Amino acid sequence: MPRIIKLTVNDEQFQVIVEPAESLLDVLRLKLNKTGTKKGCNEGDCGACTVIMNGRPVNACLVLAVEADNSNILTIEGLANNAKLHPLQQAFIKYGGLQCGFCTPGVIMAAKALLDSNPYPTEEQIRKAIAGNVCRCTGYVKIVQSIHEAAKVMRGEATNE
Amino acid sequence: MSEHSVLGKRVAGIDSHEKVSGVAQFTADIVLPNMLYGKILRSPHPHAEIVNIDTSKAEALPGVKCVLTGKGTLGKKQGIWRRFPELCDEEILTRTKVRYIGDPVATVAAVDEDTAAEALKLIKVDYKILPAVFDPREAIREDAPQIHEGCEMNINVNRHIEWGDVDEAFQRCDHVLENNFYCGSQAHACMETHCAISSFGYDGKLTIWASSQSPYYVQVLLAGMLDMREGDIRVIKPYVGGGFGGKLSLDAAEFCSALLSQRLYKPVKIVFTREEEFSASKRRTPMYYALKLGAKKDGTFLAKEVRVITEGGAYTSMGATALYLTGFFSSFPYKIPNYRYDGYRVYTNTEPTSAMRGFGAPQAVFAGESLVDMMAKDLGIDAIEIRRKNGMTPNYTVPGQAQIQSCGLPECLNAMDKFVKKHEKLPPNHGIGVASYGFMSGGIFNWIDTPYAFSAAIVKINVDGKVDLFTGATDTGQGANTTLSMICAEELGVHLDDIRLHIGDTSLCPVDLGNWGSRTTLMNGNAVKLAAADAKRQLLEFASYKLKPNIVYDLNIKNCFVHFTDRPERGISYYEVVRDAIRGKEGNTIIGRGHYTPHGKGMVSPAYSFGVQAVEVDVDTETGQVRLVEVTTAHESGTVVNPIGLEGQLEGAFHMAAGYALMEDMQMKDGKLLANNFRDYKLLLAPDMPKTNILEIDTFEQEGPFGAKEAGEGLTNPTAGAIANAVYNALGIRITSLPITPEKILRALEEKNKKKNELPANDAAQVPVG
Repeated sequence: MPRIIKLTVNDEQFQVIVEPAESLLDVLRLKLNKTGTKKGCNEGDCGACTVIMNGRPVNACLVLAVEADNSNILTIEGLANNAKLHPLQQAFIKYGGLQCGFCTPGVIMAAKALLDSNPYPTEEQIRKAIAGNVCRCTGYVKIVQSIHEAAKVMRGEATNE
Repeated sequence: MSEHSVLGKRVAGIDSHEKVSGVAQFTADIVLPNMLYGKILRSPHPHAEIVNIDTSKAEALPGVKCVLTGKGTLGKKQGIWRRFPELCDEEILTRTKVRYIGDPVATVAAVDEDTAAEALKLIKVDYKILPAVFDPREAIREDAPQIHEGCEMNINVNRHIEWGDVDEAFQRCDHVLENNFYCGSQAHACMETHCAISSFGYDGKLTIWASSQSPYYVQVLLAGMLDMREGDIRVIKPYVGGGFGGKLSLDAAEFCSALLSQRLYKPVKIVFTREEEFSASKRRTPMYYALKLGAKKDGTFLAKEVRVITEGGAYTSMGATALYLTGFFSSFPYKIPNYRYDGYRVYTNTEPTSAMRGFGAPQAVFAGESLVDMMAKDLGIDAIEIRRKNGMTPNYTVPGQAQIQSCGLPECLNAMDKFVKKHEKLPPNHGIGVASYGFMSGGIFNWIDTPYAFSAAIVKINVDGKVDLFTGATDTGQGANTTLSMICAEELGVHLDDIRLHIGDTSLCPVDLGNWGSRTTLMNGNAVKLAAADAKRQLLEFASYKLKPNIVYDLNIKNCFVHFTDRPERGISYYEVVRDAIRGKEGNTIIGRGHYTPHGKGMVSPAYSFGVQAVEVDVDTETGQVRLVEVTTAHESGTVVNPIGLEGQLEGAFHMAAGYALMEDMQMKDGKLLANNFRDYKLLLAPDMPKTNILEIDTFEQEGPFGAKEAGEGLTNPTAGAIANAVYNALGIRITSLPITPEKILRALEEKNKKKNELPANDAAQVPVG
């Protein structure tokens, strides 16, 4: 039986008709056209679909849309503040924390969740926070560096200019 | 030489703003009006005849729009070697028999993916099971089942390379070492799976959006299989989520979506599942290596003999090139005066093997560099010293095969020697291993038999000074977009920001053979540089009217200022010259053209890059686990164009190669892949990665644009050998098969301890030398 759910995505409110087995990822990508969130495996193994749901990072492919009823979702499209990119986005650009870009939205959302809860992460904590995100291009070196530099900017110790 | 104003600067990738904001569109993200979704039915048997296929139930399922089997195709076979029909052995949908678990048998288009998947279950295929063979060493026997009609002993291709007098040279050696090695398979594991959207119009023309490394190959091969004119097929390549060789040959996503759309006159999208990506695309070639190396007492190599059997899988794909290149790179990066290689690629009832980053060379270097260390130990020579003694130097000729021009290997070895000597005191169970490599900078392989130039570019200068750069080059994440724009800006003398890049559309961009064989920076870079130079020449004609230089003076452009080359302060604005030039050409836009095809550069590549890598490992003798402590790479790639991109390539190559060395494997049972998801197929993750150091060595390659050459693919070559040597140096055990798993380490430790207990006091196991 299809159901109607309410979602707040990037501060916008939506009502969506969903099937019981439909994932939050498919709702975001197919029904709300938020294709910035990627489908890499659809099994919760690669982290490409990481979004922030009620303040916590989740694999959107493993969340049933009906479970997400009444929840607050942040996707990569909601990270920038109009013309101003988020410090994480700026740092990934400046330090080359991406190559093909397919895993990038998920990695950035996982990093955002980390920095929201821990503004002073060690390198080990950064690596652990993105341990669920598979990247086949970068070897993680510049991803870790980008997150580290973004944390400094968010703490007001540096700028990304 | 003058300073570069754009090259070598740490610039942000020109496409990174789109990628960090979720705006970048990949093929899988595209939705077209009235679009249908396709799925592919695949064989569950490794080898079977198709007796009958009943699609009636699937066709009757509501929402299903079309079901096709091999009967719905033209019955042609495809392959990249269009001149050699026997190597074109792959059908879109198999008509008479299946050759591996995953061979496509039927395809369905429906209103959504779930309906299409449901329809696959309703297709009834009657198979007559045939005996199957999975190991190439068994498949080559006379009594083995024949996988392709008329293919004796399942030998798909054989290659022979020889120079000097190998047998005579071995007689003269003071020490000869022989050993066997095995290299496992590896998945490309691109984050974006294979996918395509085909849209066939009522005008009889096809547009296809494809996640591909070569839009031109898609165009040419589709035209052949569908019996269409190339020009009636437009291939669009949106952002591509990784390739690594896996998106070079065409797969069922492109062919089946095109076939279905041709029937339905609606767009059809096919996206591989992760399981299909693992089990039914292509993969790195497993190889059985038998090596023999002979040297003089002082460590000079005199002869090498290499025999290789590779597991081909069910089809040729690009595998014949891997067979040649593994033989060619088995002599690298050394001057070996007498050399012989014999390689056989053998069909098996397994997923086809094909191109993957390094393309046969990582296997060659793992086996070769392991044996070099064994030789050094036997002769009592330092590991770096033996490499220095035999390593290639500038202007070396590989007899009958290749001409090396620039070569920074000696400097790389010197730099590494200093680094390793500083790290000689290590904790227990730690070891550092080194391995060196050389790699091509653009394969000279005209697989597709095209009359076009290998690379081409068009530069268009607009009235406001903005530059449109059109090229057929393909960025799959490796940074070609930025690198080529930098080359264009440098040659034209404008800012990087003045360039607008147009790629990935066969109807707008000139032909380029695609992203493979480390060819983009050198080949496409040359074409871009020539196109920019052509446009610049046209601008300077007009600048000459204004500046009226004495004929002996040259003009140039830098930082958007047109000036006397010898007196850079004297000149006029680039923008002014552009306006004058367009007015002077009766309002015509300024267009520059450039193309590049290597001529007289041997059989393999116009240039080669070199390097040496040292890896420190910490081996847990209780669990057999290898921890990567630190990696240092000394390498040279000519002039550095895009430093952030280059470092990223190096770091990423190490990640992929270390995974290949330690954990990534595609084990099968009766032809069925055991690990077909990211839970079972383990990759190194962020916490597993070691500290990375890069020692950049300066070289200049005269064949490359501004002296630049390959970076990124070659770096997948040294790692497995360096890790194997490091494990030996840590514990004294020699692992000769990849991946180096904890099980293999524990077994080798057990063997070693057993031998130690059995041996008499005076160690009789020492190999006598001389």
